[in-house]
Amino acid sequence: MEVVDHSHWSPILGRLWWDAMPQEPIVLATFVVVALGGAALVAGLTYFKLWGYLWKEWFTSVDHKKIGIMYMILGLVMFLRGFADAVMMRIQQSIAFNGNEGYLNAHHYDQIFTAHGVIMIFFVAMPFVTGLMNYIVPLQIGARDVSFPFLNNFSFWMTTAGAVLVMASLFIGEFAQTGWLAYPPLSNLAYSPWVGVDYYIWALQIAGVGTLLSGVNLIATIVKMRAPGMTMMRMPIFTWTALCTNILIVAAFPVLTAVMTMLTVDRYLGFNFFTNDFGGSPMMYVNLIWIWGHPEVYILILPLFGVFSEVTSTFSGKRLFGYSSMVYATLVITILSYLVWLHHFFTMGSGASVNSFFGITTMVISIPTGAKLFNWLFTMYRGRIRFELPMMWTVAFMLTFTIGGMTGVLLAVPPADFVLHNSLFLIAHFHNVIIGGVLFGIFAAINFWWPKAFGFKLNEFWGKVSFWLWVPGFWFAFMPLYILGLMGVTRRMRTFDDPSLQIFFIIAAFGALMIAGGIGAMLVQFAVSIWKREELKDETGDPWNGRTLEWSTSSPPPEYNFAFTPIVHDIDAWEDMKRCGVERPTAGFRPIHMPKGTGSGLILAGLSTVLGFAMIWYIWWLAAVSFLGVIGFAIFHTFNYKRDYHIPVETVEQTEAERTRQLAAAGA
Amino acid sequence: MRPPESRPKPRHLTALARALAALSMTGALSACNTVVLNPAGDVARQQGDLVVISTLLMLLIIVPVMAATVIFAWRYRASNKEATYEPDWDHSTQLELLIWTAPLLIIICLGALTWVTTHLLDPYRTIGRIDANTPVAANAKPLEVEVVALDWKWLFIYPEQGVATVNELVVPTGRPLQFKITSSSVMNSFYVPAMAGQIYAMPGMETRLHAVVNKPIETVGFSANYSGAGFSNMRFATHAVTEADFAKWAAGVKANKTGPALDRATYLELEKPSEKVPVIRFATVAPDLYDAIVDMCVEPGKMCMSEMMALDARGGLGKAGIRNVEMLAYDKHGREAVAKANATPNAAVQRELAWVRALCRQMPGSAPDNTVKAPANLRSLTGAGMAAPQSLPLFGKDEQALAQPKAESPVAVNDAAHSSQISRN
Repeated sequence: MEVVDHSHWSPILGRLWWDAMPQEPIVLATFVVVALGGAALVAGLTYFKLWGYLWKEWFTSVDHKKIGIMYMILGLVMFLRGFADAVMMRIQQSIAFNGNEGYLNAHHYDQIFTAHGVIMIFFVAMPFVTGLMNYIVPLQIGARDVSFPFLNNFSFWMTTAGAVLVMASLFIGEFAQTGWLAYPPLSNLAYSPWVGVDYYIWALQIAGVGTLLSGVNLIATIVKMRAPGMTMMRMPIFTWTALCTNILIVAAFPVLTAVMTMLTVDRYLGFNFFTNDFGGSPMMYVNLIWIWGHPEVYILILPLFGVFSEVTSTFSGKRLFGYSSMVYATLVITILSYLVWLHHFFTMGSGASVNSFFGITTMVISIPTGAKLFNWLFTMYRGRIRFELPMMWTVAFMLTFTIGGMTGVLLAVPPADFVLHNSLFLIAHFHNVIIGGVLFGIFAAINFWWPKAFGFKLNEFWGKVSFWLWVPGFWFAFMPLYILGLMGVTRRMRTFDDPSLQIFFIIAAFGALMIAGGIGAMLVQFAVSIWKREELKDETGDPWNGRTLEWSTSSPPPEYNFAFTPIVHDIDAWEDMKRCGVERPTAGFRPIHMPKGTGSGLILAGLSTVLGFAMIWYIWWLAAVSFLGVIGFAIFHTFNYKRDYHIPVETVEQTEAERTRQLAAAGA
Repeated sequence: MRPPESRPKPRHLTALARALAALSMTGALSACNTVVLNPAGDVARQQGDLVVISTLLMLLIIVPVMAATVIFAWRYRASNKEATYEPDWDHSTQLELLIWTAPLLIIICLGALTWVTTHLLDPYRTIGRIDANTPVAANAKPLEVEVVALDWKWLFIYPEQGVATVNELVVPTGRPLQFKITSSSVMNSFYVPAMAGQIYAMPGMETRLHAVVNKPIETVGFSANYSGAGFSNMRFATHAVTEADFAKWAAGVKANKTGPALDRATYLELEKPSEKVPVIRFATVAPDLYDAIVDMCVEPGKMCMSEMMALDARGGLGKAGIRNVEMLAYDKHGREAVAKANATPNAAVQRELAWVRALCRQMPGSAPDNTVKAPANLRSLTGAGMAAPQSLPLFGKDEQALAQPKAESPVAVNDAAHSSQISRN
């Protein structure tokens, strides 16, 4: 192993020097492709004069719907990056046998598996989930926007800033080689001296600000901005799960911020929270990070449980079975998710009583989760199930997630965990629940709400191609990993001795190839749908015979969502209105008070990115300047009094008259 | 209203699910080389059995749920106008009762199983049986092996035999084994799948593992926790041989007088990061080496953790002690500083050293033995009585140690300080 000396430092550029340029041919080639692609994109946007449009209509918009869509785009872009990492790992592991070192050296491979985990959790799953909640929640509760529209825009750009830093690490310097949770002492300065872990810390810290603020925002929105008549027990189930998720975010993310801060001062100021010497305790880091980390997995899955509930009920044409038991199950999961963190490290040597306690609390979570599964089952029971794409994803989820849940409970039995911990069995388990639960849920949600967001449905053929590549592809990719885990193969290996393992890795790589096909088909599905949007057009605003308020307005909804705030009498408010034949008001409109867009969020996040970059590279003067910039600009922004405007009544009348014509045409 | 091609294909889905389930079961249970389910050691065997038992227990509910999913999806498909349709049916108290209690009952069973097995298979607990039919003899003395995870190789010290090896673990069959595990720099996990479950190896701390191997076997052990660039090659050959062969092997290593000796200097050289290190066998081992490794003071002149803690327990050295830091530093950079300071000890350093020596005698590893003994009687774990498990030395014991008479004081303080380092809380 060659040791590279990165100790160069200058006052102007800090640690940044030529050695930060991409060294490996693969990275260099990627860099060239990305640079060319980026240049083409910029040129295209300039040529078509789209910068003004993007800036005005999207980047500075505080409309929750546009921010929601931008979150989804961010998630999708990062998903492609994270998946590229996955494919590289699969290829490496399927060839590195019999003394073959594969095509990735340790320095590169270790960054890839770290980046894969970090990206998939923080910059794919989180933006997807936040984007969904952003788009759907205000519409479901009959609100015109979130409680703090500017904060929402700012949160989005902070999340993006984190993603930008992670992406920058690919080409400038390196990313962490520590695994996605960066356990010390490995992540301490002594054992990870260069910039990798610093990229990790600052990307997470900056994105974490966004996540936390968006959590606060959505809690306030759900608690304070529900339409009249929508009591807590009449909230749509997706909104309930969103509420619980955001409570988890607000309670858990500060722990991450704190533990990252401690790691930061260890690395930057010579503190000893987690070092081996001077009484530091790496075990404390592991505890703290999982006190955030376990709720995090419920932050990801709960909203998707909500999606599955909405989808099952809609496509079964039936009220959700056991609404209140669903709500209580969600609440129980929310609370219990804080009492299980130690199951991530039974093997650290806690006593048997401690291990059993955390093992049993973990198992207890499977009771409300099981209850949820039964509730979906009995929602389907005596329904009229239409197997459109969202419902197909839901059934696939129910079958896949059950297995993942079972292996999860198995891992919660400490003696079983002693033989399966850190093995590929564990990898198979959590991909089983995260892909089978979170990702399938995202796909169900995208297919379900796309018509709402854009006014046309997604192409069904390519959607099905994607489905039938994804679901079997998933099983091909991860079933071998379960078996390998039982053969005692551990995770994060770069090379292997035992040639009999190779076939399983080749099967897994084949599964990854199928998934790649599934992703490709999904992108084709989007493209074809946009291309043929006139054929797929939905004029009604309610293409699935929906049940909740978002389907009562047009698709895409007007900027103000609802001309009049709806009044709610039932859990399935829109279904109730349709049944009672509530007339859509066509007169008596008033000017609508709306928040005004601002570029402050983007500017603050941009300055934060610079601050993060300067801190990573020890460019102290730039860090000081950008820090002052962030503070100064935040103060400056408080003097911005042009925060709102009224949509004139004529515009509202016009929009609503257009909608009346549209509905009449659709009805005819 | 719906085009026919949008109809469900649950049949395909079922077939797929079944095929995959069948595949997984055969893959897992046919025991071709699924070492986790078919190991050579009794502890791993019990853990593997537990994997199977728990899975079967959960399948009691998983299989009906998956079957019901497929059946309902098929039966209540939109095109089947025969099926009952009740759009407003959304509550049934009996069903609610069922859906909460059925998983609850399974979890009660699994929870009880978890409680009992977690205690019985606690890696800190001495084993109570060699295999299902053979209890451990009352006078059996376990073979002690001290394990040190280095960057990126494993060091095994056999204190009884006075030998040590690198990347080779040789153990006798049928004899209880006691591993004391630590690490030199970062966290690793000591795992021999054929023998017993894993446990973390952490610097400055000691974890324990009790196991037995029941039949002669050539297998492999490794680090199961990622530890940096050389992690993939952090594997060691593991040979389980008969008691006689083991004695012969140990004597052979011992007799090789030309072989290297493992003293502190050799260890410091060995500890430096390296990969794919071939097997090394040391004929002699410095007797206090392992304790010094746990106490993080192998370098001459480096202050031990226990000493530092003893000083702190007495209120520290105040401002004057600020120059001690060089002697305390352990992680990579620090070690260089220590080496430098010790190469040319100036007056200040010498004074410091003298002061520390005067305050506390360097007694690495004088920690109390925290081993939990296997119960002679299992009734307390299986429900009759439920006496509190023996685990920690009670708090009072340490306090007593602290309050011991003056003459013994330094050692006693060491004891107390050191015990808190042991990862056993």
